[in-house]
Amino acid sequence: MLKSRRSEALVALVLVAPFVIIYGWLFIYPTIQMVNLSFTNAPLIGTGEGVGFDNYERLASDRVFKTAVWNTGYFVLLTVIPGTIVALAIALMVSRLRGYLQSMILAAFFLPFILPVTVVFLIWQWMTDVNFGILQYLLEPIVGEKVAVWRRAAWFLPMAALVTVWWTNGFSILLFLAGLRNISSEIYEAAELDGAGRWRQFVSITWPLIWPVTALCLTIQLILQLRIFDQVYLFSLGGRTNQTMVLVQYIYEQAFVHNRGGFGATVAVALFLIVVIVSVLQYQALRARGER
Amino acid sequence: MTVGATHHDHVSAGQSRAIRYLDIGGLTLTLITVVAAVIWAFPLYWAVVTTFKPEHEVIRPFIELWPQTFTLESYIHIIQNTRIVRWYVNSIITSLSITFLVVFIGATCGYAISQLRFPGRLLLWWMVLASFMVPIQALIINHFVIMANVRLVNTLIGIILPQLIAPVVVIVYKQFFDSIPRDFREAAMMDGANEFQLLFRIYLPMNWGVTTALAIITFIGAWNAFLWPFLITTTEPQMTVAVGITTVQDAFGVYYARLLAGAVMTGLPVAVVYLLFQRRVTQAIMLTAGVKG
Repeated sequence: MLKSRRSEALVALVLVAPFVIIYGWLFIYPTIQMVNLSFTNAPLIGTGEGVGFDNYERLASDRVFKTAVWNTGYFVLLTVIPGTIVALAIALMVSRLRGYLQSMILAAFFLPFILPVTVVFLIWQWMTDVNFGILQYLLEPIVGEKVAVWRRAAWFLPMAALVTVWWTNGFSILLFLAGLRNISSEIYEAAELDGAGRWRQFVSITWPLIWPVTALCLTIQLILQLRIFDQVYLFSLGGRTNQTMVLVQYIYEQAFVHNRGGFGATVAVALFLIVVIVSVLQYQALRARGER
Repeated sequence: MTVGATHHDHVSAGQSRAIRYLDIGGLTLTLITVVAAVIWAFPLYWAVVTTFKPEHEVIRPFIELWPQTFTLESYIHIIQNTRIVRWYVNSIITSLSITFLVVFIGATCGYAISQLRFPGRLLLWWMVLASFMVPIQALIINHFVIMANVRLVNTLIGIILPQLIAPVVVIVYKQFFDSIPRDFREAAMMDGANEFQLLFRIYLPMNWGVTTALAIITFIGAWNAFLWPFLITTTEPQMTVAVGITTVQDAFGVYYARLLAGAVMTGLPVAVVYLLFQRRVTQAIMLTAGVKG
């Protein structure tokens, strides 16, 4: 018996080894190294001297870091709640349809989600091009002139948010569709017999029953959008990045452009803490809701 | 009698009015849905149709929904004048390697946590769950330092390695293996099967759908990856196609037909994979979001 238990542990060791090695080498170790690095003035590659909490003091008074935190929060605000509302609306519309029409319409809404970010970037750069972009036909009558949307600070993040919602909404749409399918049609039939109209049915049946899915979508989107980098970086190429900076982009700029590994790691620790704190808070909130 | 008949008439008139009202309302909603879908997909159409126009037609100051002269010029140009073929090969190699390794590592680890008892099992499980919270983007500096130390900057292996961290795959496999009845296991043990045979001959084949779904979503994710492949490759020949097409921009300026031809070629494989395996992709997204489908 003892022997078989030992052999079971041995087999388990072999089976978990690939994961544990990768996880230890490329996850735990870099996480610890990130914290260590944040207490030095090291360049990206090479060693530096320990500087205690200097980097953190600098971070606290760093103007661009404050902008990056603010912009990241603003971007989250612009994408998470509007994106979830749009996704729910689309899911409600798609769920009414049947058969081929439904698959085709769903594919139209979902297809952007599976594309690489650089493809999305090129498509929207073309859509919004200041001289030849088709979107200018829409903007010119409203604003009164052609708008270089990626060169104006006030336009940048809202437009990036619009593109992001267009790109990533397929994910939430699928979750909502699955949620809507789980609501029994008998409830709607009963409501219809009682003379409840579409709006009444939505408010009294769909919305309360779909709320858990809504909470899930908001949670996933929030954690995801805090890590925003790709679109914002690509659209800001060639412009003044300091005004539209987001957190991950600041890590990249400090470490890879200005060769300040130590300070970059300090920004990374800050991002790390923000994401972990938000995750824990959210988990607690969801659990409190579940226990009630 | 008369009263009853009138009452009956009332109901049917009310019903037919309700049905007519529903039809008009329903039809309007369907129409709105179709229009919204067309608007939503328009940027995709517009990008694709632009690639078939000659450059001088692209920049004409009015909207042409169909090319006047249909040409493959931009595709030929981008294949001949950039390293896109090389980038394509790099993307295929890295994406397939990542897919295979992530699924293999996830399945073996998920199986061990689900079916075997060993010291440190709970600790490992909690760490897998906790790692969900960690933003992998925060580790870019240290990943780069590690790769530089082992001289893997600008190599395909360097692109692959940090992308192998996929705790969600372990979680999904663990949950599915948990739900397989112990009878299967005991019967196979009686026949003298060892743990490896159990995993590869019984547990994995029984969850073939899950494996396919996870493999497809991992492949799409690896093909689309931007931040890490962008950081670790500084020389053109080692780039993946999703990173490479952004360098084309610098070289060409604003030749949109060529740029977009590159974009279409980059997006095509994942679009085809999605259209072929729609149901599996949907299932995979549910799985990774924690909804067991």
